[in-house]
Amino acid sequence: MATRGFTGRGRSGSEAERIPPGQHLVEDFPVLSAGPTPRIYPEKWSFTLKIGPKPVKMWSWAEFNALPQTKATRDIHCVTAWSKLNTSWEGVLIDDLLAEAGVEAPTPYLLAHSYDGYSTNVPLADLTGGRAMIALRYEGKPLEPDHGGPARLLVPHLYFWKSAKWINGLQFTERDEPGFWELRGYHIYGDPWREQRYTND
Amino acid sequence: MTDASATRKASVPWQNARIVRIVRQTSRIKSFFFAPPHPFQHLAGQHVDLRLTAPDGYSAVRSYSIASAPGSSGEIELAVERLDDGEVSPFLHEVAEVGDEIELRGPLGGHFIWTAADGGPLLLIGGGSGLVPLMAMIRYRRSIGSDVPTLLLLSSRTWEDVLYRDELLELDSSGDGFSLMLTLTRGVSARSGDYSRRIDAAMIEEALARLPVAPRHVFICGSNPFVNTAADASLAAGLAAPIIRTERYGT
Repeated sequence: MATRGFTGRGRSGSEAERIPPGQHLVEDFPVLSAGPTPRIYPEKWSFTLKIGPKPVKMWSWAEFNALPQTKATRDIHCVTAWSKLNTSWEGVLIDDLLAEAGVEAPTPYLLAHSYDGYSTNVPLADLTGGRAMIALRYEGKPLEPDHGGPARLLVPHLYFWKSAKWINGLQFTERDEPGFWELRGYHIYGDPWREQRYTND
Repeated sequence: MTDASATRKASVPWQNARIVRIVRQTSRIKSFFFAPPHPFQHLAGQHVDLRLTAPDGYSAVRSYSIASAPGSSGEIELAVERLDDGEVSPFLHEVAEVGDEIELRGPLGGHFIWTAADGGPLLLIGGGSGLVPLMAMIRYRRSIGSDVPTLLLLSSRTWEDVLYRDELLELDSSGDGFSLMLTLTRGVSARSGDYSRRIDAAMIEEALARLPVAPRHVFICGSNPFVNTAADASLAAGLAAPIIRTERYGT
């Protein structure tokens, strides 16, 4: 249904094909989170890979920074309808993380966990093949606390709530377990190109 | 035999909701009252998504918190601040008229919500139009006759910019356990005991001191710097992070 009197101004010329339906471009980097911004000091930071309840590998901040670092420039899409193009990140690909841990994926499902108790589920297939990283740097600088620093998940092809801020671990799960927002009305998968914003979209 | 597709829950549907009333609240905020053809029950603090579609199929989606209390009329009130560089809010303020149909879907969101079963006391902290989801909680509390001690710390630019000012002042004087603390960043309150500065830690301490006991739930809504200041001050005052829920303006 066309809305009476609405012409819109969000079309972005040659960039329009990079903007998923219902999204609009922003130049700034809005901050959205469910609670206070946690302050996590790198010397206290650690990252744990688990299979079910069992930790299989843990990295300190120094050990994590010694892993292969990869740069990526990607478009990102927030479920609150903003998109931002050409954001540049640097961090550890999940491929490299799993290789370093020597772990054969036991299930196709993972949950990302964060320092503030947040969690979000992402299938293994969406985290591997160069599609996702644990990002430590944004636009050449250490990631700020408001944007998830010191480390956040980056899964740019899904709505950005999947890119968990303040991440401290990944956990293989038997089933596809809904995380924080997925239990609170948001879509289990979150593909912006199919506008999977809310449950069962 | 179970047919998965038959048992699959439906998504929250879009519907064409008629604007039944438009009320100017402040120089920058108007309330839009919608009558969805299929009325829904929301929880205080939830939002709806609005979708505007141009003749060529281009669409713009935005989320707006619901200002009205759950229940009553089937109408949904959205209080929308006009953002000068916005795409949807200037349309609503300048083009939309009573009788127009706008696509919306709701209720949405399952975190920044308060129900009677959650109890209190409540500390509500709002900046500007960040009051809107908190107002739904305040109105809901009133509508069910709750006596949960509730303090609203509201930051606005000027006395004239205080959204729902008369309603809040009336509630503040009703003696039902609700109290209002105002701070004006570019003006002076007509009441004594209010503040004239940006929100800070001392103000949060004062708000906590005015509650009979420590809050069970804290809800903070506003711009990101506002929310950070209020949340950090709440933590510094000894409140636990898990009881603090925040909602920050997207864009």
